[in-house]
Amino acid sequence: MSHVLIIAEHDGRQLNLSTAKCVSCAVQIPNAQVTVAVFGQDIEAVAASAALIRGVTRVLRIENPASVHLLSAVIAPQAVALARCAYTHVFGPSTTFGKDLMPRIAALLDAPQISDIMAVDSAHQFRRPIYAGNAVLTVDVSNEAIVVGTVRTASFDTAPATGSAAVERVSVDAALPLHTRFVALSGASSDRPDLQTASRVVSGGRALASAENFKLVYELADALGAAVGASRAAVDSGYAPNELQVGQTGKIIAPDLYIAVGISGAIQHMTGIKDAKTIVAINKDADAPIFESADLGLVGDLFTLIPELRAQLARS
Amino acid sequence: MKRILVGIKRVVDYNVRVRVRPDGSGVATEGAKMSINPFDEIALEEALRIKERGLVEEVVVVSIGSSDAQPQLRTALAMGADRAILVQTDAAVEPLDAARLFLALAGREQPLAILLGKQAIDDDNNQTGQMLAALWDRPQATFASKVEIDGDVARVTREVDAGLETVEVDLPAVITVDLRLNEPRYVKLPDIMKAKKKPLDTISATELGVTPRQRVRAVRFDAPAARQKGVVLKDVTELVAALKNRGLV
Ligand SMILES: Cc1cc2nc3c(=O)[nH]c(=O)nc-3n(C[C@H](O)[C@H](O)[C@H](O)COP(=O)(O)OP(=O)(O)OC[C@H]3O[C@@H](n4cnc5c(N)ncnc54)[C@H](O)[C@@H]3O)c2cc1C
Repeated sequence: MSHVLIIAEHDGRQLNLSTAKCVSCAVQIPNAQVTVAVFGQDIEAVAASAALIRGVTRVLRIENPASVHLLSAVIAPQAVALARCAYTHVFGPSTTFGKDLMPRIAALLDAPQISDIMAVDSAHQFRRPIYAGNAVLTVDVSNEAIVVGTVRTASFDTAPATGSAAVERVSVDAALPLHTRFVALSGASSDRPDLQTASRVVSGGRALASAENFKLVYELADALGAAVGASRAAVDSGYAPNELQVGQTGKIIAPDLYIAVGISGAIQHMTGIKDAKTIVAINKDADAPIFESADLGLVGDLFTLIPELRAQLARS
Repeated sequence: MKRILVGIKRVVDYNVRVRVRPDGSGVATEGAKMSINPFDEIALEEALRIKERGLVEEVVVVSIGSSDAQPQLRTALAMGADRAILVQTDAAVEPLDAARLFLALAGREQPLAILLGKQAIDDDNNQTGQMLAALWDRPQATFASKVEIDGDVARVTREVDAGLETVEVDLPAVITVDLRLNEPRYVKLPDIMKAKKKPLDTISATELGVTPRQRVRAVRFDAPAARQKGVVLKDVTELVAALKNRGLV
């Protein structure tokens, strides 16, 4: 029997969908009992939504005012205190939250970590991408009593909210450091769909050439009800904010439709979208590498094609 | 002396398209161009700028691996690091052991901060910095896009999924860097000559009290599932029709 502890990701009000993806991964482990731990302050509602995820047996709600900003230095010792009692796996999402937190937990547990789990072969065998997705590595950790993992969320479905696990309020005994302090979080909150979970995404690249022109990408996205993404070049150049970057070092996504506008298709970008169902590339260079993996392509100048596409979509 | 330690990992250059060996035993890297992990280069650049602002006196670069990593350490010295340490081992070093080795060096060198890349582009693990901070019982500020040091505190802006998060950490701390922190300087020829005279010390992993162990066993390497090459359409009308066909609009 495996006992999986999943660390819930949330923003204090809402549970992030990444948690339900971790559950989908965990239930693929044979005979797994899945427990979700929710850390934070005033997290009753978050814990309640975790209890609805199908496949979850138990939800632990660990309230502490010190946990309010979910700083890894504060959460890790608490998670470790929990994990030490009888868990075989400790999982979190491979989002910036989980990437920051899980190795800190692993080190305190003296456990190895498997990053970006994309498939579960058995309780101790997993697959993960390496070299920006140029290779898939199967790893075995049979000799370990406890392993830590981050789950590549694009590889798993969102477990449905049809469960009814019990929520237990627990307290843990752990010394919490004061050496790390939250100052601020700034992000453009928008009414657009969330990049990580949207079923349609329109991304713009360096070809947009200015933040002003990048509006073309937003407008096409709005016409489709899509989220907006960007290549690293577009973010580096200041056309789009960092949280829109898609790729090896940005977000890994799996929408039904991905439209890449003026993006060349570098491996570091493509690794972020290789699970997209349909990739559309719009690029003026017929030899751009993106056409190697795009399902549908249009060769031409985006500055004429995008307005035309929007107009036709509006008509249909 | 106030100093910063910087991790330098030797990896296959990011421009090389690596391929899995047909027998699945590994990734074919023979003869491939090797470079400093791009994130580590950014970490080094940041350390050099902190030194240039007069906030530390010394930048020490550290690589863990075989003596093959010497050229990368020389490049780091040419960029401006003051001295280099090669922690020598021929074993594959997992992130937790790398963290232990940095911890041992932290004990010897008493740095103000340890700057590492947020991930290495070979294993893509994104673990070592956080593990080091845990073992060291010190703060971690990961995925940094801005670092400001003020006395014994660092204010770090982090690239997170929701946008930009700013944290304040007491020093010493571990900072792992993201791509937009800075643009590393180019190495000039005279600096390469000068770098030849800078100290490069070698110490074995065992001397630092760590015998690297393989706990995560590689079973098999596979090529990723390839996507089918699709079709190029004539015009926007055809594209809209194709999207409709697939039920996407
Ligand atoms: C360690 C590392 C990590 C990285 N991580 C990421 C990552 O996470 N995400 C990412 O995206 N990149 C990443 N990169 C960068 C990546 O290698 C590429 O440099 C980047 O993706 C290029 O962005 P781009 O396609 O927008 O720009 P370019 O490669 O410059 O491509 C622009 C494209 O636009 C086309 N074009 C130009 N004008 C027009 C026009 N008028 N109409 C139509 N098409 C036009 C051109 O033909 C070209 O194909 C990383 C690189 C490194 C080294």
